[in-house]
Amino acid sequence: MDNELIVIDNAVVSYREDIALRGVSLKVSRGEFVGIIGPNGAGKTTLLTVVNGMGKLLDGKVWVLGDYLRPGNGHSLRKKVGYVPQVQNIDQRMPICVREVVMIGRYGILGLFKRPGRSDYEIVDEALELVGMSHLAERPIGHLSGGELQRVAIARALVQQPELFLLDEPTASLDWKAQSDILELVKMIHDTRSLTTLFVTHDLSCLPVTCDRVVLMKKGVIWGEGSPDELLTNNNLSLLYDMPVSVVERRRKEAVAAK
Amino acid sequence: MDFSIFGYQFMQNAILSAFLGGIACATIGVFVVLMHMPFIGVCMSHAAFAGALLGLWLGFNPLVGAFGVSLLSAAIIGPLADRGELSPETSIGVIFSLMLGLAFLFMGLMPGTKSGALELLWGSILTNTRSDIILLGIVAVVVVVLVSVFFKEIQATIFNRDTALAVGIPAALFLYGILFLTGATITASLRSIGGLLIFSLILNPAAAAYQLTYSMKKMFLLAAAFGVLSGWVGLLFSYFFNLPSGATIVVTSSVIFMIAAIFSPKRRVKGWRRKPLPEEEP
Repeated sequence: MDNELIVIDNAVVSYREDIALRGVSLKVSRGEFVGIIGPNGAGKTTLLTVVNGMGKLLDGKVWVLGDYLRPGNGHSLRKKVGYVPQVQNIDQRMPICVREVVMIGRYGILGLFKRPGRSDYEIVDEALELVGMSHLAERPIGHLSGGELQRVAIARALVQQPELFLLDEPTASLDWKAQSDILELVKMIHDTRSLTTLFVTHDLSCLPVTCDRVVLMKKGVIWGEGSPDELLTNNNLSLLYDMPVSVVERRRKEAVAAK
Repeated sequence: MDFSIFGYQFMQNAILSAFLGGIACATIGVFVVLMHMPFIGVCMSHAAFAGALLGLWLGFNPLVGAFGVSLLSAAIIGPLADRGELSPETSIGVIFSLMLGLAFLFMGLMPGTKSGALELLWGSILTNTRSDIILLGIVAVVVVVLVSVFFKEIQATIFNRDTALAVGIPAALFLYGILFLTGATITASLRSIGGLLIFSLILNPAAAAYQLTYSMKKMFLLAAAFGVLSGWVGLLFSYFFNLPSGATIVVTSSVIFMIAAIFSPKRRVKGWRRKPLPEEEP
């Protein structure tokens, strides 16, 4: 149990009438890089929210970082989990600069009544350096591009100094260059900080090649799990995305060519 | 010019009220502007108005009624906005129309003269008593202390509620806190500034401050300064030109906003962007 950072046992989550997760079980070991793949609406994001205690469980049990997840201990868990949400709805007009946005990552850990001190600023500047955003630290957040915003979101998750790193479609709506830059950055961070990473994407070409394991999701259940080479066959993907094998084949070739 | 007027108790009370009310309302205004809910001002002031009328009608302290009903509205708007099924503005609109209806209803039910009610609608900073000032003072101190103590949590919650939640801040709690603070501030300022005019004293100083800075901290400070300035300059004009003080305060705050908008560096940014950008090292 010591080596298993995440244990999800038969999780059921529902939003209004829809069941988003129908009995999902998953174990993730320390240091793993797990890619979660599936079509839109498969429950990938919901799975991440279960891990950081934001999703409301109807049934099932969840342990994260050794703690049993109950309603009420989510806030203390989230301080230890770096979460990069899907395309952030950042208000472009918010009067706040990049460094301050990254500092928000420290706020939960600092707790009430404490102001960020020198060590917090050092941690923030180090994270900005790591994601290559130091030169824009004083910029208002509204002046950044999509790729830059994503780097800021990653830096904000990193300053929490998490063991667990959750990324939800971090490359969505980015151009090719920005996509591959972000993928390299995520992989580099995973390795240098020896994190455990869950990486959600619907786009196969955006899956880091170095994934230790992939989890295929469809319609709220885990549909397959294993090493990328074994699992990511044209046959499996055609079933996963409901597309003919020939189309899957063509698309994958195009994706490889584009790289 | 004759400045002997400032020796009078009522003028000193008005100056102090403008100072306290200006700080409290403008601070609330920063929340209102940055969280895109400008109509929370009118909604809360009508809630307080309805509550005060309820008090006048049923014969209990109107202030208690005003506080009760405005805090109740905050308690309804919070969950409605938080669950995300309605946009905050829609839920504020629903509550606002209810409060407007209730206010008219209570006014109709109230026997006798309605002058007490109309006083609340227009407000009168020049007739403020010691107890009005004490109330304004308490609210201003509470607002300033809470915003300084919880600045980082408030900053994160205003920036993005989901982000605040993801880093382990109880964002819903702070959202409700902000709404309650808004209700309390508006209620306390109702008699001095008036239910109708308070809207501009909340919105204009914060909107003016927003024009001038990219820092939330500076925005709070500038807004408070503009709020106090609006009150004081408004009082001066009211006295020297013999005009209603509420109106001069509002017009002053609008003029401050216009000046800030004209000199806003944010407008210059657009012009700057049209020029070719300097090459940046990646």
